[in-house]
Amino acid sequence: MKEKFSSAMMAISVVLLAACASKEPAKEAPVETRTAPSAPTTTAPTAPAAKPVVPVETPTLNPLKDPSNILSKRIIYFDYDKDVVKSEFQAIVQAHAKFLADNRSRKIRLEGHADERGSREYNMALGQRRADSVRKVINLLGVANDRMETISFGEDKPRAQGSTEEAWAQNRRVEIVYDGE
Amino acid sequence: MIEKLTANFCGLLAGVLITATAHAQLTIDVTTSAGRQIPVAIVEFRGEVQAPQNFTPIIINNLARTGLFRIVTTGAISLSPTEPSEVNFVDWTSRTAEALLIGGITAQPDGRFEIRYRLFDVPRQTQISSGSMVVAATQFRGAAHKVSDEIYEKLTGERGVFSTKVAYVLKRGQRFELQVADADGFNPQTVLSSLEPIGGPKWSPDGTKLAYVTFESRKSNVVVQDLLTGQRRVVANFKGDNYAPSWSPDGSQLTVALSRDAVSQIYVIPAEGGEPRRLTQSSSIDSGATFTPDGKTIIFFSDRSGGPQLYSVPVAGGDAKRLTFEGNYNTSPRISPDGKLVAFVTRDASSRLRIATLELASGIINVLTDGPRDDSPSFSPNGRSILFESKVAGRGSLGSVSVDGRIKQRLTSQNGDVREPAWGPYPQVVAAPR
Repeated sequence: MKEKFSSAMMAISVVLLAACASKEPAKEAPVETRTAPSAPTTTAPTAPAAKPVVPVETPTLNPLKDPSNILSKRIIYFDYDKDVVKSEFQAIVQAHAKFLADNRSRKIRLEGHADERGSREYNMALGQRRADSVRKVINLLGVANDRMETISFGEDKPRAQGSTEEAWAQNRRVEIVYDGE
Repeated sequence: MIEKLTANFCGLLAGVLITATAHAQLTIDVTTSAGRQIPVAIVEFRGEVQAPQNFTPIIINNLARTGLFRIVTTGAISLSPTEPSEVNFVDWTSRTAEALLIGGITAQPDGRFEIRYRLFDVPRQTQISSGSMVVAATQFRGAAHKVSDEIYEKLTGERGVFSTKVAYVLKRGQRFELQVADADGFNPQTVLSSLEPIGGPKWSPDGTKLAYVTFESRKSNVVVQDLLTGQRRVVANFKGDNYAPSWSPDGSQLTVALSRDAVSQIYVIPAEGGEPRRLTQSSSIDSGATFTPDGKTIIFFSDRSGGPQLYSVPVAGGDAKRLTFEGNYNTSPRISPDGKLVAFVTRDASSRLRIATLELASGIINVLTDGPRDDSPSFSPNGRSILFESKVAGRGSLGSVSVDGRIKQRLTSQNGDVREPAWGPYPQVVAAPR
């Protein structure tokens, strides 16, 4: 509970909340209060206008949630027993690295997962190692390590149920989660 | 499997634990039995019919479940013997019984019941054990477990584990529950319930606390929960992952796997929390540590050589020594109470996870189960059996296997997936009610 992300962005991002409704599932027995979803803001400098000006409508879509933006892609998939970020996912990781470089107050959690085909204890470490692989790529692109926390859920939070190759492929992954999400 | 729990221990726990149900949560089936079984006759106790609860059926179930005994049917007996002079040894010999249990249950003025029993060696026509206890009706199960322990020890020479407890994680729907139950699956108590995963419960050596992993703060933390008071303390909440706790034999320290400095390394922390001391120094995955019974060594797994293998390292510091060389995936070591065997999870060439043992003195590896997804081994306190998680057709259940591989049992729950079992120690509070 002491490794919580800063919620400094919350206050200024409240106006945008409506655009990005939370998909956080309700928790029955939370042990900590969740932070509300946040979004980056582009607060235009309000220069005192001598004359009335024509207001400009700025797009309010959160780039992290905009389905047409690569930043909305948050999941990096891995091969069985492997922790190498495959070339097909490099573009996603690079886009997030650039976003973090441009938005220096933002932090991320990299949540690693494994499929069920290992021991629980090894899977915890394998998920951690996958998260660490993604962290290294982002770090190499100039984002400080103290803006990223890598954690693992092991095999306990599968995306897909079942014991099939398809389900396992869905479950070997790292999810990129921004502070406040 | 074999079990044990005293009424005293039960009473202590009852003040804290939330739910108590009379029925069994886990159903136990013996799937394989030993070759020779000791034939034992258990005669319904005199006065048992008038007693508020069955008594001898609990003992019969306990003994039968071990696979070590054959229960000799007694047929109709008009008046159950309670004294040696009333026993017709010739008759019991002709029924092939080698041991005989008789006894009586008498209501006391204070509403409790006196239970008296005698155990005989039939061929020698001698009494080998006897005892009596006064218990409330709610303590009949505990009393039956104590008598079962006595029979087991007298006939096998090993201490029985009928009065112990097991902890495990039950997943029902999206909810995770940490439960503690009698080792026969009865009296399940939910000690923690969460929508986030719960994992890896481990008993403190005195059986009063559980260390486990929660994800309540959306990442893994190690928590120690006092079962007597319900008090919970987060003992490891460092940056990154905090998981795989195990207790030192004196209960003062825990090993944990942390990713705060590297991907996953082993640390020792005070059991009440505090500054961790790093024990392994590798750039690989080190995890799943377990103390040897003398507290001087830790056995763990590491993938520093490629796939995960078992290693040992002195707690005082020093070089790690590799213990396993067969196969390319050996993880999750747990040491036997006598320190001679290590149970672990091995993955074979067809990706099956199976439970195996390593004999430390000889290096001999014995694969005990067939998989396909067996995990989280835990020794019984007498070292005779290993309880483990066994996923069959996507469904989590528990299995148990004797260390010689001959006796196998399956424990299932109708309420959900059972996983990550931990067999508790012998009860410490054993002042026998007289």
